[in-house]
Amino acid sequence: MSRTVNALGERALPRWTHPAAWWAWALGLATAASRTTNPLLLLLVVAVAGWVVARRHPDAPWSRSYAVFLKLGLVVVALRVAFAVVLGSGVGEHVIVTLPEIPLPSWFAGVSLGGPVTLEEVLLATYQGLVLATMLACIGAANSLANPSRLLASVPAALYEVGVAVVVAMTFAPQLVDDVMRVRTARRLRGRSERGVRAFAGSVMPVLEGALERAVDLAAAMDSRGYGRTGSVSTAMRRTSAGLLLGGLLGIAVGVYALLDDGTPGTLALPLLVIGAIAGAVGLVLSGRRSIRTRYRPDPWALPEWLVTLSGVVPAVVLVVVAIHDPVSLVGPVAPPAWPTLPLLPAAAILVAGVAGFVAPPPPGSVAVRPLPEPARAETEVAA
Amino acid sequence: MIRFEDVSVTYDGAVAPVLCHVDLHVPEGELVLVVGRTGTGKSTLLRCVNGLVPHFTGGTLSGRVTVAGRDTRLHPPRELADVVGIVPQDPLSGFVTDVVEDELAYGMESIGLAPDVMRRRVEETLDLLGLADLRHRALRTLSGGQRQRVAIGAVLTTHPRVLVLDEPTSALDPGAAEEVLAALQRLVHDLGVTVLLAEHRLERVVQYADRVVLVPGGGLPLVVGTPTEVMETAPVAPPVVELGRLAGWSPLPLTVRDARRAAGPLSERLAPYAHLALHPARTSPHVVAGDIALSTRDVVVRHGQVPALRGVTLTAERGEIVAVMGRNGAGKSTLLSTLVGLHVPSAGAAFVGGMTPSSLRGRDLVSRVGLVPQEPTDLLVADRVGDECAAADRDARAAGGTTRAVLDRLAPGIDDDTHPRDLSEGQRLALALSVVLAGEPPVLLLDEPTRGLDYAAKQRLVSTLRTLADAGHCVVLATHDVELAAEVATRVVVLADGEIVADGPATDVVVGSPMFAPQVSKVLSPQPWLTVSDVAAALVVAS
Repeated sequence: MSRTVNALGERALPRWTHPAAWWAWALGLATAASRTTNPLLLLLVVAVAGWVVARRHPDAPWSRSYAVFLKLGLVVVALRVAFAVVLGSGVGEHVIVTLPEIPLPSWFAGVSLGGPVTLEEVLLATYQGLVLATMLACIGAANSLANPSRLLASVPAALYEVGVAVVVAMTFAPQLVDDVMRVRTARRLRGRSERGVRAFAGSVMPVLEGALERAVDLAAAMDSRGYGRTGSVSTAMRRTSAGLLLGGLLGIAVGVYALLDDGTPGTLALPLLVIGAIAGAVGLVLSGRRSIRTRYRPDPWALPEWLVTLSGVVPAVVLVVVAIHDPVSLVGPVAPPAWPTLPLLPAAAILVAGVAGFVAPPPPGSVAVRPLPEPARAETEVAA
Repeated sequence: MIRFEDVSVTYDGAVAPVLCHVDLHVPEGELVLVVGRTGTGKSTLLRCVNGLVPHFTGGTLSGRVTVAGRDTRLHPPRELADVVGIVPQDPLSGFVTDVVEDELAYGMESIGLAPDVMRRRVEETLDLLGLADLRHRALRTLSGGQRQRVAIGAVLTTHPRVLVLDEPTSALDPGAAEEVLAALQRLVHDLGVTVLLAEHRLERVVQYADRVVLVPGGGLPLVVGTPTEVMETAPVAPPVVELGRLAGWSPLPLTVRDARRAAGPLSERLAPYAHLALHPARTSPHVVAGDIALSTRDVVVRHGQVPALRGVTLTAERGEIVAVMGRNGAGKSTLLSTLVGLHVPSAGAAFVGGMTPSSLRGRDLVSRVGLVPQEPTDLLVADRVGDECAAADRDARAAGGTTRAVLDRLAPGIDDDTHPRDLSEGQRLALALSVVLAGEPPVLLLDEPTRGLDYAAKQRLVSTLRTLADAGHCVVLATHDVELAAEVATRVVVLADGEIVADGPATDVVVGSPMFAPQVSKVLSPQPWLTVSDVAAALVVAS
């Protein structure tokens, strides 16, 4: 596993990269994107994220979410522009087209329907939409790269039950789709309509019944396989951990309140917050001791994970700093409209995020170990 | 290892107990087969072993069940997870994770084994069950046999001393069933695991059992004994045992090999009457000549990129019973689905009653072709049998009471107020069949109809199908059940990888195949006998 350090990812052994590393990387990129409206920088972020996804996404259903999030981003941009065109106030000099204006009552001051559409407005809307779309693309990239079940598996032991609930919910979603298909098939076989409101109403109950039945089966299976076994923990220990958790939560709540409220002395706020957080963390660790679970092949946090995280943090830090010292270079020129230029330092920082595509080990199953195709798929699909 | 002491189980709201004063002792390292008709309490017996009954299901259990010295009253299922591994009937419903390797590790994580132990055991189990190539595969993409082996592996990793399996081979083709049974054999012989196994398809498992437990139901005491002893009198028995009983062989043979060694005199007696084996109903069915019920021409169907059918050409006439066989994933279900228009062929064409099925809707469809899916409950929508029948009449625009009349013919005595889910497997199949028959479709398709049926229910299905064929229906059934195909089919079509590899009269196709030959045919080959009833009829003529 330590061979992954080799400069180029191709030589690394396939294994899962720690999902938290991918999320840190993606959130770093998203932070960077949030600091700029320069369309060239934003598109660069999308491109870098896409390139890393293309190189390191595993062969699993959830790894197709990058494309889904990209489409969602396009919808966001389109909506933002459409709003600007219809509801814009006509600020700016370069009028592209003048739409017929619909008069609104006087109490609708500041909003107009139709009227002149200016290039400035459209550009601003596009850039702002693009920021959102880029951040969505970053989230999509994280979804494509980080294995969701492995992410949940790395939550602290005390939160394990919550993690399992989410995993079960996730495996239920595709099964629910299968159920819907099966019910629709049955409706067709009985000569009923497959579309429309009545068909929908008629299939809700069977689908729910199927889901409930499966939930019961699964619960029985989990129980028989030792889910929920607990180690013996002394009463004193249990009370301590519960007290710490509660106290910690209280401390955090009061601390946050004090921090945000002007009336309370600020000197009290920060220590309360810190103490609350520490107490909560200790409480989590202590109550985790009750769980006797162990982890099978936990994802290690090794050099590749550090490098992936770092390559995402670099653009975030650089763009935040640049945004403070030289904000103009990060703004897409709107008034007067002009071609955006590519500022070198931020662009280079964003390119650093692409390093993740090299340093992250390839996911398992993507290289030579690809299993043989099985003929069974056909049968299961039909059965569904 | 497992000890039942005067155990009775009554579920909440039930009038009579499911199990009544059961005493049973299973010593360590035995493979015990639990047999009985459906609904006699086999599953309840199995689920008592790890405390799912009554901790999980509710109900009242009196008496005492101990496993490896632990009393199930004091230990809930999770506390027994390191001693008992239980494999549910539908393995997919019991999977917690989504990948083979993680699923194998899940149980070990729960009981808190050290990481290096887990690592070693996962590898051992992958090898033991031949799953090494599948370790990174998503569970949902596995075939039936693979799923079953993963489910067994997933409970094996905790090194339980008892393994409990509920109908492990009923959904599998003969090859995959062999695979699973071979794995079980290995566990019993090499690791000394105690196995408790319920199964309807006795012809597959009875020879592996050390002892057989017959659950007669109705409050009668269990019958426990060696397979030969129990099979002498059991109401459920595989064909080879039936043949042995008919011929009066003693000791009763349990395997084809034993039967062949005893069959010499019987073969000699039957030899002059071999022409009777070519049952008239089978060789020349009551075909309405030239009345083509369904036809396909070079049909190609794809599921995504994967071709499921590659150029299937098939014609069937009214009065025929066609059995479509082949391993899991060979395209049997796809062929049936295409014939009701659930799949549109990407090349070629399918016709049912002269129409393209995918263009038909509503009444036009149900009056031409009907499909009973693998899971008959899928077809049922109502909470009461009576409502179900009324709904089927409306769907098919048939006169009120049509469905009910069909149902009374197929399975008499079902109360209108019963919930379809409370029916036995056989009754549920009959109900689904009646719903489909309400539209009086000339073409009737059944997908894997004998799953979960006991021998008696299967026998009723056989006579139902014969009656339907005589009435001019064209029946097509996709099945793994070689005995059913031998019993009822006039013609057998074997699919492999989406292509037809054999098509002909049942006697020709089935007798020659080592995989698809029924037991009687294996025993009496080269004479072309297929079923015990054929032999019995011939013996009547002979005497």
